[in-house]
Amino acid sequence: MLSLGSVGAKSTKPSFVSYVTPEEIKLEKEPPKIEKHPDLLPGEVEFCCANPILKYTQDDMSQRGIFGTLFCTNFRVTFISDEKSQEETTKTFKNKLYGENDIPLMCVDHIYGVYDEKKKLITGGLVKNKYPSKMIIHCKDLRVFQFCLTFTKEEDAKKIFQGIAHHCLEERSLKCVFAFSYSGTPSPEMQRKWETILFDSPEDWTQEMKRTRANCRLVTENENFELSQRLPKYFVIPSALGDLFSYQGKGFPIWCWSHHSGCALFKASLPPVTQEDGDFQKHLDIMLNAVAHNYLYSAKTEDLSESLPTIQDIQQSYNKFKQFFLIENSTDFWLSDVKWFSSLESSGWLDIIRQCLQKAVEVVECLEKDNTNVLITEEEGTDLCCVISSLVQIMLDPYYRTLMGFQSLVQKEWVAGCHAFLDRCNHLHQKDKECHSPVFLLFLECVWQLVQQHSPAFQFSETYLTVLSDSVDVPVFSTFLFNSAHHRESVMKAESPLAQSSPLSCPTVWDWSVQFDSKAQNFFFNPLYSEKVKHEKAVRKAHKPKHQRQLSLPSTAFKPPSKKGFFKDETDSLKKILRVKRLSRWMGSPDSPAATTRGFYESWKQRPLDYHGLLLPCLDGPAVRVWMQRYLRWIPEVHIMGGGSVAVMTKLMELLSQVQDLKRVLEQRDSSQAVKLDHRPYIQHRLLSFGSSGRLSSSFPFAYSRNRSFKPIIPTGLMQSLMVTDSLASQEDEASSFVSLV
Amino acid sequence: ALLAHIPGKAIWIPDHTHTHRASRESLKMEPLADVAMLPGEERVIDKDIIYICPFNAAVKGKVFITNYRLYFKNTDSTPVTLDVPLGVISRIEKMGGASSRGENSYGLEITCKDMRNLRFALKQEGHSRRDIFEILFKYAFPLSHGMQLFAFLSQEKYEENGWNVYEAMEEYRRQGLPSSEWRVTFINKNYELCDTYPTILVVPYKATEEDLRRVATFRSRCRIPVLSWFHKENHAVIMRCSQPLVGMSGKRNKDDERYLDLIREANGTTKLTIYDARPNVNAVANKATGGGYEGDDAYQNAELVFLDIHNIHVMRESLKKLKDIVYPNVEESHWLSSLESTHWLEHIKLVLSGAIQVADKVSSGSSVVVHCSDGWDRTAQLTSLAMLMLDSFYRTLRGFQVLLEKEWISFGHKFASRIGHGDKNHADQDRSPIFLQFIDCILQNNVRVKTASLWSFVNSDTSLYINPFYTSESSRVLYPVASMRHLELWVTYYIRWNPRIQHQQQSPVEQRYKELLALRDQYLKKLEELQLSDSTHLTNSSTPNAATPNQHITHLQTPF
Repeated sequence: MLSLGSVGAKSTKPSFVSYVTPEEIKLEKEPPKIEKHPDLLPGEVEFCCANPILKYTQDDMSQRGIFGTLFCTNFRVTFISDEKSQEETTKTFKNKLYGENDIPLMCVDHIYGVYDEKKKLITGGLVKNKYPSKMIIHCKDLRVFQFCLTFTKEEDAKKIFQGIAHHCLEERSLKCVFAFSYSGTPSPEMQRKWETILFDSPEDWTQEMKRTRANCRLVTENENFELSQRLPKYFVIPSALGDLFSYQGKGFPIWCWSHHSGCALFKASLPPVTQEDGDFQKHLDIMLNAVAHNYLYSAKTEDLSESLPTIQDIQQSYNKFKQFFLIENSTDFWLSDVKWFSSLESSGWLDIIRQCLQKAVEVVECLEKDNTNVLITEEEGTDLCCVISSLVQIMLDPYYRTLMGFQSLVQKEWVAGCHAFLDRCNHLHQKDKECHSPVFLLFLECVWQLVQQHSPAFQFSETYLTVLSDSVDVPVFSTFLFNSAHHRESVMKAESPLAQSSPLSCPTVWDWSVQFDSKAQNFFFNPLYSEKVKHEKAVRKAHKPKHQRQLSLPSTAFKPPSKKGFFKDETDSLKKILRVKRLSRWMGSPDSPAATTRGFYESWKQRPLDYHGLLLPCLDGPAVRVWMQRYLRWIPEVHIMGGGSVAVMTKLMELLSQVQDLKRVLEQRDSSQAVKLDHRPYIQHRLLSFGSSGRLSSSFPFAYSRNRSFKPIIPTGLMQSLMVTDSLASQEDEASSFVSLV
Repeated sequence: ALLAHIPGKAIWIPDHTHTHRASRESLKMEPLADVAMLPGEERVIDKDIIYICPFNAAVKGKVFITNYRLYFKNTDSTPVTLDVPLGVISRIEKMGGASSRGENSYGLEITCKDMRNLRFALKQEGHSRRDIFEILFKYAFPLSHGMQLFAFLSQEKYEENGWNVYEAMEEYRRQGLPSSEWRVTFINKNYELCDTYPTILVVPYKATEEDLRRVATFRSRCRIPVLSWFHKENHAVIMRCSQPLVGMSGKRNKDDERYLDLIREANGTTKLTIYDARPNVNAVANKATGGGYEGDDAYQNAELVFLDIHNIHVMRESLKKLKDIVYPNVEESHWLSSLESTHWLEHIKLVLSGAIQVADKVSSGSSVVVHCSDGWDRTAQLTSLAMLMLDSFYRTLRGFQVLLEKEWISFGHKFASRIGHGDKNHADQDRSPIFLQFIDCILQNNVRVKTASLWSFVNSDTSLYINPFYTSESSRVLYPVASMRHLELWVTYYIRWNPRIQHQQQSPVEQRYKELLALRDQYLKKLEELQLSDSTHLTNSSTPNAATPNQHITHLQTPF
C-alpha cells in the first residue's frame, strides 16, 4: 500500500521513483491515526517508539519497503507495519514470543548506521552525536533488518536510535535481562518438561549411573558450593578418588559417561602446566591413577587446549564465517557467490567442526575399541571438554539421539556441567572480548553434521537444532543465562521477588510450549527416524541399547584389552604413569590426526549400519557441510520455491500421517473393549494441511517468501571471476579482454 | 558400447532366438562364478595379476577379459572385485619395463572415463604383459581395430524395442503441433537439407521450403532454426540452430533475417530473444572462421544475449582437474578451495542460469532462439534443461528418455566423438553423466534410468526428480536456484570409487518412504478385510469413522 520507490538516503538520486511523497503520506495518514502498539508479553515494558519508519523489504534489490512504527522494549526491538499483515497469523511455525519483525535485545549482534552513504559500525561512543539515515541490524540468528529513519521527526528518530543502541550495545547488568521481568504463567504442559532430566538432583545422577552401569561415586559435598563455585552442585567422580577437600582448587576428574565394557569418559579442568611444578605433576598423577582405577587399570589423557583450537580461534573463525550470511542486498549476494567455496574455507569454521568431530572419534575409539578410560582436560574444563564429551556420548549412546535424551545431555554436560553461557554468548555486552565464543553453537554444528550424515538415527530434526541455536539468545529462559550452577543459584535467590523464601523460577528452554504450540513442535521430530521396533518403552532402560551396540560391533572385530592384569601391580606406580604418559602423547599426535582413526572408521564402515548402534561421522572434504537451514534461511536469493529437501520431507510426513491415521483407525476397531491408544502427543504428525499447497520454499519453516510470483532468480555478475586463463578459451576463438554479461 | 553417429533412427538389432554357446576358448577357463555374462559376451583371456588398489595395498588376483568387460577378482580372503565395461576405458598404458626395479613396477595403467584409474602389476619375467595389453587394447577400442562394438554383438533380448521410445510426430503432437503458425516439414527426409538434423522438422507456417534452403546456406552446417518446444498456453517457442555465417566482413542474409522475424511474429512476441550460449569474445572470435552472431542492425526485432558458457575444451580441462582432486584420494584440508579452482561447479552454474533465463523468457510469452557455434553441445544443454524446467512430462522417466532422444540424439549431438576414443570428454556435468547413463540404456534398453541419482546433483529441485516423490503438476514451471550456495559436487558419481565416502545404496529418505508405503498398504488391506467381515456380519450398520479415512487414502495412493 505504501511501498515507495527508492527513498531515504538515496532520495537525491535521479532514480527516485515515488508514487506518493512522504508529505502526502503524512497528510493521508494523519486523521484516522490509530496508535498501534505491540502485544506486550507479561512483564514487558515499552521504552520508546518512532513513526513512520521505513523497513526495507529484503525480497528484492530495489529500495522498497513498508512503513510502520519501530518500538524498543525491555525485551525486543519490534516493528509494526501500518499495513494489515495477514502473514503472521497464518503461519504454521510461529514463535509465540517473537515474530518475524521482532528482534529480542539479546539477539542483536551488530548495529550499523549509514551516514551519507557510508556504513559505520555503531559502538557506544558514536551514539551521542548523530543519528544515521539508515540503521542496519545484524542479528545473531542471521536476520538482517534495515530501517530508514529519515521520515520520522528528528527528535523521535534520535530517541529510537539511541534507545536501541543503548539497550543492545551498552554493557549492562544481568538484572536487566528480560528473563527477570518476564512473568509468564507456567505452561500447562509441564509434564513434557519432566521428561528432560535436568541433573539438578542427586537422583538424576544416580539414575544416569544406573543406566550406564557406572561404578563411580556421587559427590554431594558441593551442595553449598563449598568445594568450588565452578563445579556443579552434584557430580560424579571415580570411586578411587579420596578426600576431595584435600584437592580443593585443583580440579577433579568428573565422570561423563560409562561404556558398556566398564571403561568411562572423564573430564577435568586443568590449569596450564607451569614448568617443573612438582605439586601439579603429583596432582595429575593422582587424578590419572583414579581414572585408570575405574576399569582394568588403563587410561589415556588428552589435553584439549593443546590439540584443538582455542575459544578465541573459534570466536574469530565464526565471526568471519557468519559474515557470508549477513547479506544486505542481491548485489552483495551474487558478488560473494563466485568466491563462495574459498571464502568458506578461509573462515576455517568447517575445519574447526571437522577437528572437533575428529577428536571425538579418537576418544570413541579408545572407549569402544581399546576399552580404555579416557580423561579429557582443558583449562576451564567446561568448553571444549563439553563439546567433545557430548559428541562422544551421541556417537556411542543411541539414547542421546532421542529428543529427550539429547536435552538431558545438554543439561548434563552443559547446563549442570557449568558451561559459562553468560560469558561465552556475551549476553551482557561485556567489553572483555576474550571470553566470548560460540562454543555451544559449535557443538550444535557438530551434531548437525551427524544428523545430516545419519538422519535415520536421530529422533530430532535439523529444525529442532536451528530453533535450539536461536533460543540461546531469547532472554526468557534461564537455561542459557548463567556461568555456572553457583552463579545460577545465587542470582536466582537474589532476584526472587519473595527473597529467601523461594527462588525465582524462569521457564527452561525445554518447555517448548513457551515458544511453540504443539503443532509447530511437530517440526522438531525427524520423520526419517527409524524407531526401535518393540523397544520404544525401554529406551531409558539401562542395558537395552548396550546390547544393540554390541550387536553392531561384534566383539570379534576388536581385540579385548590384552593389558588385563598386566598393570595390576599397583605398587609399580612409575611404570603405570609412564605408560599413561606414552599413550597420551600418541593420542594427541599432531602430524596426522586423521590417519590415526582412519582404520577404526573403515572397519566400522564395513559393517552394516545400525542406527541404534555406534555412529561415526565421515570427515572427508565433501562430507562436512554448511548448515544450510540455519545460515541460508533468510536469504531470499537462495530460496527454492517448492523445492529443496523440504518438499521431500513434506511428502514423507504426509505419508507418515496417513499411516498413523490408519493405524489409529485399526486400533480403534481392534480395541472396542480396551482402548489402547498411542498417547504420545508428538507422533501425531497432523500438521500436514500445508502439504497440499506444495509450494513451500526451501527456507520453510522459517522465512516466508512474499514473492509468490514465481519469478526465477537470475544470477548477475556471473563472469566476474571466471576468467579462463588457459589457452583453451581461445582454441575455438580469440579471448581478449573482460567480458560483460547481458 | 557406443552409438554410431547416425541422426534420427539408428539401427535396431533384431533378436535371434538364441542359445548361449560358450566358445571353446572359455571352456578351458575357470568359470566366472559370480558374474552373469551377457548374451553374446565371450571370454577372451584370463591372467594372474596384481591390482594396485589406491585405497588398500596391492591385491593379488585374477583378471578376466571378455569382449564386453574387464573383471578382476582377488585370491586373498577379503573380497575385492572390479567389474569394468570395456567401453569405459579411455586409455591403456604400459608402465615400467621388464627391467624396472621395485615391487609392482611392471604393469598396466588404465584410465577410465568414470573418474578412476586402475593400475595392475604383472610378473616381470616372460613378457607376461604383452598379450594382455594387446587384447585389452583391441577389445577396448574395437572401432580402431575394424571390429564391431559390443552393442552390435549383444544378443540380449528385450521385450520392448527401445528405439521406439521416441516418435517425433507423437512428441510434436503432444506439444500441440502442428498449429496454424507452425508446420511439419519433411524437407530433410533424406538428410538433404542438413545431415545432422532429424528427418522431421517443425518450422514457421509461413516459411516455404525454398526459404528453408536459403536460410540453410547462412547457418553453420546448415543447422537452421527449427522448433524444439512449444508453450501450449502462450504459444512461445524454443528454437534451436547453429551460428550464422557472418564472417569477418559481416555478411547479411535477408532470408535468415526474415525467417527469424517469422518466428517472432508467430505468437506476437515484440522482441525475439536470441541466446548465444558462448561468451561474447568467443562469438566475436568465431567471425574469423566464418561464423559469428546476429548483429543488432541486421536483426532489428531481436535482442542478443550471451550466456558465457565455455566450450568443450574448457569443460574437459575442468573435469580433468576435478578428477585430480577426487581420485584416488579426496583432498581434505583444502577441499573447498580446490573444488573452486576446478571451476566445475561454476560452469554448471552458468549452464543452469542460462537455462533459467531461457525458461523464464518462454514462460513469460516470448519466443527464443538458442544457439552456440554448431548448436549441438551447449545448445542441447540449454534447450533440454529449459524444457525440463518448463514441461513436467520430461521429468517422468519416459519423458526424460524422449527428451534425450529428441534434443541430443536426433539433433546430432556427437556422442561418438564426445565420449569416443579417449580424446574428448564432453562438456557439462549435467550432461556428460547423462551420456554414460544413456549408453547404459542403449545397452540394456529398458533398464530403469536412475533419475534420482542422476539429478541428485541439482539438489535445488531434487524432490521432483526423485521418482517416488514425483508430483504430476503439469502446468508447473520449476526453477532451480543457480547459486554456488546450492551447488554441490555430485559425490555419488564423482567420488563413488572411494570406499571411505558414504555410499548408501538407497537414500534413507527413499527407504523410509518405501517402508511407509508398504506399511500403509498393509494397514489398508487389513482394514479392507475387517470391513469385509463387518459387512458380512451386519450389512446395515456401517462404520463411518473407519470408512472415511480409507476412502481418503485410497484416493491419495500414488502409483508405484
